[in-house]
Amino acid sequence: MIAIIDYGVGNLFSLSSSLGEIGEEAIITSDPEVIRAAERIILPGVGAFGDAAEKLFSRGLGELVIDEAKRGKPILGICLGMQLLFDKSFEYGEHRGLGLIKGEIRYIGECIPGGLKIPHIGWNALRLEEPKAEIFKYINEGDCVYFVHSYYGADCEDSIIARAEYGAPITAAVASGNVYGCQFHPEKSGKVGLSILKAFAEIEVAV
Amino acid sequence: MITKRIIPCLDVAGGRVVKGVNFEGLSDVSSPVELGKYYSDCGADELVFYDITASSEDRKIFTDILRRVASGIFIPLTVGGGIGSLRDFDRVLGCGADKVSVNSGAIKRPELIYEAAKRFGDQCVVLSVDAKRVGGEFRVFAKGGRVDTGINALDWIRQGVENGAGEIVLNSIDTDGVKGGFDLEMLDAVSRIVSVPIIASGGAGCMEDFLNLFKTLPNVDAGLAASIFHFGEVRISDLKRYLADAGIPMRTI
Repeated sequence: MIAIIDYGVGNLFSLSSSLGEIGEEAIITSDPEVIRAAERIILPGVGAFGDAAEKLFSRGLGELVIDEAKRGKPILGICLGMQLLFDKSFEYGEHRGLGLIKGEIRYIGECIPGGLKIPHIGWNALRLEEPKAEIFKYINEGDCVYFVHSYYGADCEDSIIARAEYGAPITAAVASGNVYGCQFHPEKSGKVGLSILKAFAEIEVAV
Repeated sequence: MITKRIIPCLDVAGGRVVKGVNFEGLSDVSSPVELGKYYSDCGADELVFYDITASSEDRKIFTDILRRVASGIFIPLTVGGGIGSLRDFDRVLGCGADKVSVNSGAIKRPELIYEAAKRFGDQCVVLSVDAKRVGGEFRVFAKGGRVDTGINALDWIRQGVENGAGEIVLNSIDTDGVKGGFDLEMLDAVSRIVSVPIIASGGAGCMEDFLNLFKTLPNVDAGLAASIFHFGEVRISDLKRYLADAGIPMRTI
């Protein structure tokens, strides 16, 4: 069973339907017991980093995700959920993240040429790092996924498993051990996105 | 590189897609659920659903249908029609919509754009504008393009973006239904004043019209159409292959 962590940000309807579509049992929850009992965890999120991090930590869910990650449970952060895995973010101030991925979240305008539209929104092609990460086992170099974001993962060179070209190479996905993050929305990325979720659901669980 | 988007638009009344649709292999051609899945499978990059009903009873049917559509497709979904308040945003977002399109509701109460952008984020708010040439300027029309508001369309769009609209759907009444191509002049004027994505609507009659749009106006992000897709005059999978072969960045599946 996959626990989709509900900490009061964003709409989890599509994510839970997409897991249903690939035949995975998922539960939207903020109950620590349920999260501990789950085989895997998905950390979703839309909106601003500071507000989301505050909600996550104030409910005790931040520490819980860190503990479960350290126990070896597969974790997938999506969009803002990926950004929350990082050490910190500079979105409207400076905010602490979960520290599961080394690096920080910065404004995308700092790394792309002027004149490009921000947010980076729409379908963009993935450039996969070799060797291919396990969550990408069913997809191919150049497959398109759906992005909506104005901030991006920086200084995370060692963890990058995919990039997207938007005036400059942008962090599209990261991994460190059993912890994965996608800047794009697999639940909105058609068949390619569903295949990524399926591959995540098939990662062997060590705990 | 971000790909250009191809977006079919479906008008829904009483839980059914209006306008005739003729597809092989679809048992129920006016079911929003089946059509949504069909387009998604054909490679549509996004779907737009417009609720064209007025009664509250029909609105409830629309909302129920929307939830069923959203649970079966895994591409971005924009919903419009009858959006006049934050409660309307909540209603459709809760059913799985990703973006909400405002038109007459924002004309009636322009603060709606700002309020919604603040609460749900700019990326969620799509400003849909029906515009037409009147006395040498582009004028905003309301009520499905029937009423001249007297508002200058370029001013309206500039103000809408300042207030937080994250995307513009520009529907030219002058070219809509004519099938002679998109309104490149009007789209060009808008693309010069805003930095958010622009979706062209109104006038597509054939595949060449989309190529012309993206070649002539590199700042336009997407082409939206309804009847040419619904009647099968242009198939989305063919269109995307044609555009990709012509060098337009496309997501092909």
